[in-house]
Amino acid sequence: MADRHPEPDSPELRARWGNFAWTEANAAKAKEIITRYPEGRQRSAVMPLLDLAQRQVGAETRTQGWLPLPVMEYVAAQLDMPIIRVLEVATFYTMYNIQPVGRFHVQVCGTTPCMLRGSDDIMAACKAKGMKKGHTTPDGLFTLTEVECMGNCASAPMVQINDDNYEDLTAERVTHILDELAAGRQPKTGTQEPGRHTVEPAGALSNLTAMVSENHDYRGEW
Amino acid sequence: MPKVKVDGVELEVPQGATVLQACELAGKEIPRFCYHERLSIAGNCRMCLVEVKPGPPKPQASCALPATEGQEIRTDSEMVKKAREGVMEFLLINHPLDCPICDQGGECDLQDQSVAYGRGASRYHEHKRAVTEKYMGPLIKTIMTRCIHCTRCVRFSEEIAGVDEIGALYRGENMQISTYLEKAAEHELSANVIDLCPVGALTSRPYAFEARPWELKKTLAIDVSDALGSNIRLDSRGREVLRILPRVNDDVNEEWLSDRGRYMVDGLTRRRLDKPWLRRDGKLVAATWAEAFDAVAKINPGSSVAVIAGDLVDCETMFAAKKLAGALGSTLLEGRQTGLAYDASNLAAVNFNSTLAGIEDADAVLIVGSMIRDEAPLLNTRLRKAVKKGAKVFIVGPEWDPTYAATFLGDDLSILGNLPQALVDAFEGASKPAVILGGAALGKGALGAGLAFAERFKLVRDGWNGFNVVHMAASRMGGLMLGYAQDGGIADLVAAKPKMVISLGADEVDFTKFAGSMIVHIGHHGDKAAHAADVILPAAAFSEKDGTYVNTEGRVQYSEKAVFAPGEAREDWTILRALADALGVTVGFDSFDQLRAAMVAEVPALGTEGLADYGALPAAPSDAKAEGVIAGYPIKDRYLTNAIGRASPTLQRCSAELVHGETFAEAAE
Amino acid sequence: MSLQDKDRIFTNVYGYQPWNLKAAQARGDWDNTKALLERGQDAIIQEVKDSGLRGRGGAGFPTGMKWSFMPKESKDGRPSFLVINADESEPGSCKDREIIRHDPHKLLEGALVAGFAMRARAAYIYIRGEYIREAETLFAARDEAYAAGLLGKNACGSGYDFDVFVHRGAGAYICGEETAMIESLEGKKGQPRLKPPFPAGAGLYGCPTTVNNVESIAVAPTILRRGASWFSSFGNENNRGTKLFQISGHVNRPCVVEEAMSISFEELIEKHCGGIRGGWDNLLAVIPGGSSVPLVPGEQIRHAAMDFDGLKALGSGLGTAAVIVMDKSTDIVRAISRLSYFYKHESCGQCTPCREGTGWMWRVMERLRTGDADLAEIDMLQEVTKQVEGHTICALGDAAAWPIQGLIRHFRPEIERRIAERAGDVREAAE
Repeated sequence: MADRHPEPDSPELRARWGNFAWTEANAAKAKEIITRYPEGRQRSAVMPLLDLAQRQVGAETRTQGWLPLPVMEYVAAQLDMPIIRVLEVATFYTMYNIQPVGRFHVQVCGTTPCMLRGSDDIMAACKAKGMKKGHTTPDGLFTLTEVECMGNCASAPMVQINDDNYEDLTAERVTHILDELAAGRQPKTGTQEPGRHTVEPAGALSNLTAMVSENHDYRGEW
Repeated sequence: MPKVKVDGVELEVPQGATVLQACELAGKEIPRFCYHERLSIAGNCRMCLVEVKPGPPKPQASCALPATEGQEIRTDSEMVKKAREGVMEFLLINHPLDCPICDQGGECDLQDQSVAYGRGASRYHEHKRAVTEKYMGPLIKTIMTRCIHCTRCVRFSEEIAGVDEIGALYRGENMQISTYLEKAAEHELSANVIDLCPVGALTSRPYAFEARPWELKKTLAIDVSDALGSNIRLDSRGREVLRILPRVNDDVNEEWLSDRGRYMVDGLTRRRLDKPWLRRDGKLVAATWAEAFDAVAKINPGSSVAVIAGDLVDCETMFAAKKLAGALGSTLLEGRQTGLAYDASNLAAVNFNSTLAGIEDADAVLIVGSMIRDEAPLLNTRLRKAVKKGAKVFIVGPEWDPTYAATFLGDDLSILGNLPQALVDAFEGASKPAVILGGAALGKGALGAGLAFAERFKLVRDGWNGFNVVHMAASRMGGLMLGYAQDGGIADLVAAKPKMVISLGADEVDFTKFAGSMIVHIGHHGDKAAHAADVILPAAAFSEKDGTYVNTEGRVQYSEKAVFAPGEAREDWTILRALADALGVTVGFDSFDQLRAAMVAEVPALGTEGLADYGALPAAPSDAKAEGVIAGYPIKDRYLTNAIGRASPTLQRCSAELVHGETFAEAAE
Repeated sequence: MSLQDKDRIFTNVYGYQPWNLKAAQARGDWDNTKALLERGQDAIIQEVKDSGLRGRGGAGFPTGMKWSFMPKESKDGRPSFLVINADESEPGSCKDREIIRHDPHKLLEGALVAGFAMRARAAYIYIRGEYIREAETLFAARDEAYAAGLLGKNACGSGYDFDVFVHRGAGAYICGEETAMIESLEGKKGQPRLKPPFPAGAGLYGCPTTVNNVESIAVAPTILRRGASWFSSFGNENNRGTKLFQISGHVNRPCVVEEAMSISFEELIEKHCGGIRGGWDNLLAVIPGGSSVPLVPGEQIRHAAMDFDGLKALGSGLGTAAVIVMDKSTDIVRAISRLSYFYKHESCGQCTPCREGTGWMWRVMERLRTGDADLAEIDMLQEVTKQVEGHTICALGDAAAWPIQGLIRHFRPEIERRIAERAGDVREAAE
């Protein structure tokens, strides 16, 4: 984390991103987002707008997206907010990529619950694919990050790749997922454990069995 | 008034006081880094922890905890001692031990408090954190590895200066203080963060490695870079003033100082007039004092003498010159060098009557023709506070960024005769309405219209006088009190075609209008007046003489001499006294004390520190009206407003970089 | 004592059935919510108080009492706000995610009921940024509820106007702290505020605010429908109700399951998780309430009641009921050191002891992991944890200190063994 810093300001950066503006769809979205907060409190919208901007940059660059400084300035101007406060936010929250990332941002959870279930193997499998923590592969396909607990502890270990989680991983399973993504196919998301639905006790459902086959209404039994 | 017990001693504390303040009232020292009386409470350094009952069984941050009835506070318990040791240790583990080469050394809160409250030795065996430097401009030097993240600088910029430009980026142990893209701090009060920084992270760039605090003689003085009379301390070693720092005066500058006032210090040793000069065959040549006085005697002006006081001179100098002119039979005295000629017959009409502290309470303010941030930087911080409390501000004149919400009414003065409804509503609903007239308004003859405005909205009422003029020259109010004002301004002097013009550091005068006069310049810098002078008599800068100054609110203050004037330069009054001899007249004083006594006898208000009483506002002239367009403000370059500033390499660089946008390559270190 | 399916609140917790409004209504959500509101604010709060519900976000503060702190009328025109804490980031915790993605209407209905009870104008649901698909579901469920007239103007036909907004975080554990969450909602860095003032007096935008956990809010409608006495029939005195437990780590079948409070650890594991991996003899230690609570050695926890008091008695806590199980294959020092890294990573950096202490503690922990330390450093580390604990603005400092204290308390010999072993290695190599 110590080496986290924004992509430096440069004439190239200005040339590429200096004219950043919302797409028509995102302009409407940004407007709607601002209305979620009371009059005069539009600064509250800085986080969703930065996320929206990052996604737009992602769409334009075919990556997960990141936040060039001119894009932060654009958001600051829209919210009438000092740019330094926007930069504070962008550097404080780890989901804002303040440097370019690859097509797929492979975020391996390494916190204790995942570690206990074998996240070391997951990390090793990623590295075996040529990835290096904090770096993007030369083909621009994968950026590898070790992240902190993602809240999937009952289906650990897991990895989040862009917007999707892949849970109950093994080295083989994650390798397969990475291969599929590299080949341009979308692998199954969620748990990778055969037969498991979500976070139920796998293979031996201990409760709420009636729910499996029908949308059971228990009120009759109250 | 809650009653609390501090270390067993019961005392009553004011409603709203914090536990920290309660402890201080009880005479207990509470160590702190982030807490500062004039900034919002951050509570982040955790150094001020005390034990408070009732409350959770852990130490509490006293800076943020309200004092309430019946609290038992302990500052001397084992828990508190341990807490302080712990916090101190945490602050030091990543702080470099480079005190011997740190400019903060000797006046460092961290150093002092670690001696007082720290444990003897470190138990930290890991690598220390290193943080890259952050450029913050020509005034602030950063060594960010020393930063303890108290955020005082962040809060100052946002809250006091109103320029949101410093932030704390990243998080956790990687948190770093920086400006956006490491741009220079760009406002007129930026260097105050140096004083606020409790460690050596932000130090003074021009002063780097100049001196150690214990080598310095400290002299109490008054800032002359504007008309506010900020209270300052001159730190000198030998014959040189090495730095200027603000002193606390809640009525005037609180504890801030403008960058201009702080950094003109290195102008004091440059471009100095350190020996007499005479113009011979159109060229200035060095002379002895005897030759110089001979030259003046030869002018033999009779009563055809005029005196022009510059912006930086003290009352004693102006009084001595007035006496000399009087002895010669002249009353041609003027201090408004650039030609202003407003009516100065009633000083209440040209004074900042609300007072600097008082203007904070104003709830509706009209500023006419003043770019306050350049002309009176610390007045702007007061106005900011007023706006924070809800004041509405309207401004007539070209637009500038006040740092607070204000409505610009255009630059045409005729709007004063046709006020917009929003302003009328605000002023009619206000309990403490105020108007502030600046130099640009006075220059357009708007004083009368200002008085008429004051009458219309009853700006003078019980316990409140909302009529204000803000001056730019440190000598202005003193000069007006001493009669340095002709009805027609300096034009009257020009019209009189005096044989001799005595310039008291009058570096802003257009001397081409005095082409037929002999110019005798008593000044300290080789600036504009020196180029026009026929005789130059080298004098003392404000730091080199005792003197009385009256600020724009009519506050009489005394400034003391820190060092001797350089070379053959002498204190101004001694020069004027000697001139009397050369011209064969007597002025009635032979010592500074006699001079001051004579001055006080003539203008008693100058004998008492504090606000002078100028009486009631005059009635507005019946023909008062305002018209014309304010094309611009008098100050074109906020750093180079006087002879000392123009001589200062630091302020020259500020001007080049911050006003004119030049870029400087950083010297590779 | 074990919970029957009919008494489970989150019947779709596994997501076998759709989350949408129609399916949720078929399961009983949004069933005449108007009638619930018609009972009146005071009655709702009283019912929740009587149910014994304690906050499910970790601290266990009585929920009804928290609601009652909110002003009954606005004296100065300031509105009140409900903020729902869905910033589930405590290592081990993964229950709110299941509620949001599989039963979002329970949360939304709860938001209305709770918001109405505390006279709030709107609720902001602060969902952690990493829950991307979950947030999509929540946004969609919210839109469904608005379209059906359940939220917004005249919510459920009650005459009460109530808005619910969803706000996504962006990767900061500290935003789970209530005042940091409020800061974040205001568009700032998530740095906790000093208290006082407490949020109930001056919270979001300076207005009275209550921050509640997702689970606390989502169970409220069911409590009102089935009555306080039904809810309080589960669990021991002072630890009432049902609770989502999240069991991770070395059990045969990790899962999220709703159980009665005070269920014994052994029953919880045996009934739902297929036992400890390798059997009970292989159990090393358990972190019973999420990463912030001290670990408990396996032999002590087996028969413990999984509730606030039962775990407190063991020197630990229920926290979010995120049960992290570690068998004897675990490198226990590394397991805790990894948590220390987590806290260092998530410290907001605002106050000194946490900013400096979390990094220091982690670095020492890493050396203890490999034995590269002096024996005296164990005590020093213990002292450092004590210098952090109780000296910080928020509870993250405590949370960073407690796991280490738990480790030293229970596994000191293991740490000493590593130091001795490494010292031996070094000596051998030197000879």
